[in-house]
Amino acid sequence: MKSGDKSKRLKEFEEKVNLIFRETDCVEVLKKALRGDPRAIIKEIIDSGLRGRGGAGFPTGIKWKGAAEAAGGNKCVICNADEGEPGTFKDRRILDEQPDKVIAGMGICARAIGATEGYIYLRGEYTFLFSKLSAKCEAWNAIFKEKGLNFRTSVRSGSGAYVCGEETALFESMEGNRGEPRNKPPFPVTIGYSNLPTVINNVETLAYTTMIISDGPESFKSIGTKDSMGGKVFSVSGDASVKGVFELPLGMTLQEFVDLFGDSDTKAVQVGGSSGTCVPRKNFADTIIGFEGVPTGGSMMLFNSSRSMYHVLKNYLEFFEEESCGQCTPCRVGCQQLLKGIEAIRSGERPLSYLERLRDLARVMSIASKCGLGQSLANPFNSITQHFREEICY
Amino acid sequence: METVKLTINDIKVEVNEGATILDAAKKIGIRIPTLCHHDDLCVAGRCRVCVVEQKGARLLQASCAVPAAEGMQIYTNTQKVREARRTILELLLSEHSGECTSCYRSNNCELQALAQEYLVIGGAFIDVSDKSPIDVSSPSLVKDNGKCIKCLRCVRTCAELQGVSALWNTHKGNKTRIETFLNKPMHYVVCTNCGQCVNRCPTGALTEKAYIQSVWRAIDDPEKHVVVQTAPAVRVGLGEALGMEPGGVVTGKMVTALKMLGFDSVLDTDFTADLTIMEEGTELLTRLKTALQDGKPTPLPMMTSCSPGWIKFIEHEYPSLLDNLSTCKSPQQMFGALAKTYYAEKIGVDPARMVSVSVMPCTAKKFEANRPEMKSSGFKDVDYVLTTRELAHMIRQAGLSFANLEERKFDSIMGESTGAAVIFGATGGVMEAALRTAYELVTGREVPFRNLNIEPVRGMEGVRAASIKIENVKEEWKFLEGAELKVAVAHGLANARKLMKEAEKGASPYHFIEIMACPGGCIGGGGQPIPTSPEIRLKRAAAIYAADEALPLRKSHDNPEIKMIYREFLGAPLGHKSHELLHTHYARRNRS
Ligand SMILES: Cc1cc2nc3c(=O)[nH]c(=O)nc-3n(C[C@H](O)[C@H](O)[C@H](O)COP(=O)(O)O)c2cc1C
Ligand code: SF4
Repeated sequence: MKSGDKSKRLKEFEEKVNLIFRETDCVEVLKKALRGDPRAIIKEIIDSGLRGRGGAGFPTGIKWKGAAEAAGGNKCVICNADEGEPGTFKDRRILDEQPDKVIAGMGICARAIGATEGYIYLRGEYTFLFSKLSAKCEAWNAIFKEKGLNFRTSVRSGSGAYVCGEETALFESMEGNRGEPRNKPPFPVTIGYSNLPTVINNVETLAYTTMIISDGPESFKSIGTKDSMGGKVFSVSGDASVKGVFELPLGMTLQEFVDLFGDSDTKAVQVGGSSGTCVPRKNFADTIIGFEGVPTGGSMMLFNSSRSMYHVLKNYLEFFEEESCGQCTPCRVGCQQLLKGIEAIRSGERPLSYLERLRDLARVMSIASKCGLGQSLANPFNSITQHFREEICY
Repeated sequence: METVKLTINDIKVEVNEGATILDAAKKIGIRIPTLCHHDDLCVAGRCRVCVVEQKGARLLQASCAVPAAEGMQIYTNTQKVREARRTILELLLSEHSGECTSCYRSNNCELQALAQEYLVIGGAFIDVSDKSPIDVSSPSLVKDNGKCIKCLRCVRTCAELQGVSALWNTHKGNKTRIETFLNKPMHYVVCTNCGQCVNRCPTGALTEKAYIQSVWRAIDDPEKHVVVQTAPAVRVGLGEALGMEPGGVVTGKMVTALKMLGFDSVLDTDFTADLTIMEEGTELLTRLKTALQDGKPTPLPMMTSCSPGWIKFIEHEYPSLLDNLSTCKSPQQMFGALAKTYYAEKIGVDPARMVSVSVMPCTAKKFEANRPEMKSSGFKDVDYVLTTRELAHMIRQAGLSFANLEERKFDSIMGESTGAAVIFGATGGVMEAALRTAYELVTGREVPFRNLNIEPVRGMEGVRAASIKIENVKEEWKFLEGAELKVAVAHGLANARKLMKEAEKGASPYHFIEIMACPGGCIGGGGQPIPTSPEIRLKRAAAIYAADEALPLRKSHDNPEIKMIYREFLGAPLGHKSHELLHTHYARRNRS
């Protein structure tokens, strides 16, 4: 495809969604939400089919319903803006350009579940957003008050660990403790931050809830596929012809995606960041970007033939070896073994058959680790070692 | 209470709401292996060795952390579970420098036992164990990061049971470590040397510093006269360390064993426990007199000083309360001071030739013996401190068949004791012993409790309070007539802190407080056999109280050797000689 055609096609795709970055009167949307019954809000969110945009894809309406039904006077809404996944940089743009949509979403959630406290947990490195967002929160606090919603929001700064994006580690971090994931159950909707029933949603998820209340669930549902409704904001990086943040419908095939952002030399796409799955070119056409195929929190990394997949994998493993919180055995030691293992195979200290051992290890990690970090490592490890075995071993 | 019904390996089980899958399995006799779990500590869910399969769930569940739920179908022995457990054990072994044959905890190591159970042999992962140097700075404890499996039992023990938090987990990922504040050596931090972490460490990462070789050398040296004293709680722990059931009293066999090991004098710390009561009881009454009769300010509540872990704790954490401590040395140090003076003179041995060894349920006693002020005999009062576990090692090394040894009596003198001294080994025991003597001293009558058993100060409640009304007193104690003596007992330093917070504010309603650093008192001491649990400690405590009841003399002031030492050597309690040999002072320490 010629670059002119490409950008035209990209525009077409973007226009199919155009929710997150569209100008919207968020105060009006809030007013609309406040007019109806809280249960009606939850129903709309459930009907929209919205699933969490932070990676795990839990149905947002169901989560809100859980918190609404949880016992307890004080409840809490947290916007997860830790955005630590390598290759993900879409939340920062949403917060920069559309903070109202996010904070309005928090207000809508507060109304739906009966929350009184709200926090934006902002990635530590996003210092440039801190004061701007704090001012926005103050402004919205005044709006909430004026509209009769007993809800206050503020911004909390993260402290740099990737694992603090995991919801329960995030609560620990906010409470001033070491950022380590908690045992589940109990789940956040019953016991979350400060023991309060808590809804925690990704920045993008909350922004979408505003748009669902604004436009109605039907309009949202009309985008995407049966399992992956609505749009998604992608962070495109790597060997891409255009890089940046794009809102596209869910449910595209990877081939369609690569046609927009890659070229004939694109050999693989890492979908969902370092904890996501690596898809090789031969599978592009059959792979759907969405919950029925490869889910993603937004990160799309394209690799062309100049890249060594050994180095890609090694880079991810180095990241995890350091970013594991270190509490559970499969992840703490497993990450080190995977990294040391591929190095040893490469250098000949361990036989090629050791790779099978490592793949089994990754599978055990995926079912025995305590949190999503250790559980998801098998995604990159097993997909890369399956599709690029030669590059790993030699 | 609500209950839930579930099945484990298709066997139906009903448990109270809140019980974990592990609890439910235990109830029907299914053992699930654990490492980070400990009955004394909060749930961790870290090691993942206890994972089980839940029907319909993609993830394995950590059975120690997941509550049993209605209708759950759990399987504890599937292919998936076995593979996961085995892999987890292999991973743990890869970060554990496993020199099992030369490890202090060999044969008493939970990781070793599980590795053996799952036959984790060969095909190892790459060694990623910590190579940082072993910390031998403390006279009590040794910390070897290379053997640490990051279960955090030590960290939880130090925080939850002791409220000290000398150990913490630091860094993350592959750099995760258990460290002290700023990673300073153990000797230079707020560690109290209580050794509770040692008791709960599943591997050899935290152990006592052993002095077995030094003691053997002394025994082997014909020039030396080696005196050994044994603390009250050792006699209810030693059997356990040698393969017997918890809760047996093995005093007589222990004496025989010590003689067979070659100690020249086998004596009893219980003797100086009785002596402590005489000194400390008098000290309390003197303070009460100053306060009530003379109306002068005097530090009350008075606090016991037998537990060296507690002493270091208060020195770090509540230096403003140091004057409240009794000035009495611990029984171990009183014994040491008398061994190289009174005893040496009595048996005609030059104290310079004497080596004084103690066997203690305690690791902090090692630190205490090394305190610079503990030299009132003119020599180091106690040369070497062994734990109950170390003595068990020596008995094994000597090839003694402990269970079949005859029972013998301690040597005389300084071998005689009463039941009051024996109960020093359990939380509340010092208080009970002191009350038995002080009450009788003041009123001329026995304490008004059935069989002398002062039940209100017994038990395992973390903090216990009691009061005794003092009536019909003797003439010289007139000022106490009608007074209500209020006392409190706490064990475990986290509980001690509760009483100290109150005392620091000047709001303590008590006259006398007993604190033992370790949960359960000395029977749960850091030098006692591993494992420990609430259940095991109850058995040891029951043995202590049974031993007390079985003795003909049960009040410290009735001990004939005590009467003799005051007559021949010390004069009166709190007299000049006592001050010189039996009393001490404390150090202010900071909090880092
Ligand atoms: C290691 C780890 C890091 C995570 N980091 C983030 C993050 O940076 N932002 C985010 O929204 N969710 C992150 N999550 C997912 C959250 O735990 C949680 O599922 C999410 O915030 C829920 O919001 P959603 O339902 O709107 O996606 C992370 C999860 C794990 C396991
Ligand atoms: S999986 Fe990794 S990050 Fe998650 S709890 Fe375990 S060690 Fe921590």
